[in-house]
Amino acid sequence: MIQERETTTAVKSPSDGKNNGDGDVVIDCNIAELFYDDLKAVRDTNIPIRKGQITAIIGPSGCGKSTVLRCMNRMNDLVLGFRFKGHVHFRGEDIYDPSIDPVAVRRHIGMVFQQPNPFSMSVYRNVAFGLRLNGYKGGRAQKVEEALRAAALWDEVKDQLHKSALALSGGQQQRLCIARAIATEPAVLLMDEPCSALDPIATRKIEELMQELKKRFSIAIVTHNLQQAQRVADKTAFLFVDTTQEGGRTGYLVEFGDNKQIFEHPKEKHTQEYIRGEFS
Amino acid sequence: MEDQVVRNRAIRAASEAGAAFPLSELKHSLRRPRTVFSALFTGLVTLLTLAALVPLFSVVYMLLVRGIHKLSLSAFTSLPPAAMEKGGGFGNAILGTLTMVGIATLISVPLGIVAAIFLAEVGPRTWLAKPVRFGANMLSGFPSILAGVFAYGAVVMVTGGFSAVAGGIALAIWILPAVRRRAEDAIGMVPAKTREGATAMGATPTQVIWRVMLPTALPGILTGVMLAVARAAGETAPLLFTALFSNYWPDALMDRTASLAVLIYNFSSMPFENQIEMAWAAALVLVLLVLTANLIGQYFSRRSGQ
Repeated sequence: MIQERETTTAVKSPSDGKNNGDGDVVIDCNIAELFYDDLKAVRDTNIPIRKGQITAIIGPSGCGKSTVLRCMNRMNDLVLGFRFKGHVHFRGEDIYDPSIDPVAVRRHIGMVFQQPNPFSMSVYRNVAFGLRLNGYKGGRAQKVEEALRAAALWDEVKDQLHKSALALSGGQQQRLCIARAIATEPAVLLMDEPCSALDPIATRKIEELMQELKKRFSIAIVTHNLQQAQRVADKTAFLFVDTTQEGGRTGYLVEFGDNKQIFEHPKEKHTQEYIRGEFS
Repeated sequence: MEDQVVRNRAIRAASEAGAAFPLSELKHSLRRPRTVFSALFTGLVTLLTLAALVPLFSVVYMLLVRGIHKLSLSAFTSLPPAAMEKGGGFGNAILGTLTMVGIATLISVPLGIVAAIFLAEVGPRTWLAKPVRFGANMLSGFPSILAGVFAYGAVVMVTGGFSAVAGGIALAIWILPAVRRRAEDAIGMVPAKTREGATAMGATPTQVIWRVMLPTALPGILTGVMLAVARAAGETAPLLFTALFSNYWPDALMDRTASLAVLIYNFSSMPFENQIEMAWAAALVLVLLVLTANLIGQYFSRRSGQ
């Protein structure tokens, strides 16, 4: 039961200790090598997720952005042939340690997916899902309302709480998924291209929402939309992909830093090219 | 007429100029082979569909014409008539059919769903899944009479008599593959993103299955169950060896038990007018039961489509 251990001292990322004035590192994701079967998908990637900040992961298609994100709540465990070398520290513990229960990890690190994936049940039961899983006894209705308000969805669904969540629009469904994820108050919210299936108005709503949410939850977001990363993120990690001699593609971290620095003064050539290419 | 000429000239000019696709007419024309083929094919499909409906409607029509005048309250509440006797009914056969189909449902639905969960969710890639799926698919093509023979050997011989339980078990064996198949398909239709979502919420694999996958798949599973139940209700062969028949109300589940299907089979070959008419009426009731089960199944499948 990791939640019973000490929670206040998060580890400082060894590689990033010089950034003073930032919040504590909540997740220190350090991937040495990551394989799907014999294919090395990601190497040498170290991304710290800081408290109260939004960390964006950007990069070209196939560079392993989502894979890196999915390391942080052990969703990759579902993939057959997944192997991992490195560590992901959460609250000072390596979540890949054999003693760790991945199910417990996921209850502390929530996730929102590219495609809105509400369950085929009522709006209310969707949000209460995590509360039920955790055997939360106190006022569930109040928690559900809080979560829906926090996800800026309450006013739109308060009269249809007991109707099917699948009847909501795509943008509403995605905010419902955010409400569902934050109802159990996870420490971190991982968002895997949360707006790529949404129209610009729904996208803007989610982006505004993220600015509110980051006060309570640390957020990591994968996005292929550079402008989005520039608008919402505090820190940005840029990943690139190399094609190996055998034809496999291996992603790796090129540059990590403050958002302003990455977008205005990227140090690495790949970053410069990628950011310039997208804007011209 | 004149613009027709102009258009034709334009088409010819385009094709002479070496256009990859010569411009063609925009208007309907029966001279184009594809138009003719399309019309013929549409007509053929419509005709064959109507032809396929003929047996269905003629069966229902015959049953209504021959059976409906025997349908009275007493048909549902009385026992079958003896030879030469007037009146009577098949109340015990309706009760027997419902009982045995109920037993079959109680056995096959839990087993079928559990097997489906194993094949779809728990161990689709384990060494066990292949033989299980192979065996289950083999069972799908199993003749119903063999289900009866099996239940005869496994239940009737062991318990020492024909019974509703033996009949129910025979029907259960026979519909189990269909239930499992439909349940596995229904679970397989649940989008992978739903499973991911539940897993990311910190649900254990068991919670993912019971709290998300099964409830989502439930309408589809129920459709499959109702279709299987409808099939079981009309099945005769498994019951001939197991429940046999009885002219009396069932006292116990271990008694010989009447069923609509066997009653129809028995009475239709008798030389008495009353019995033959009774068989027609029983057939009508059976078809109505099956139809009801199918309609319930369709109701669930429409709900799952939402």
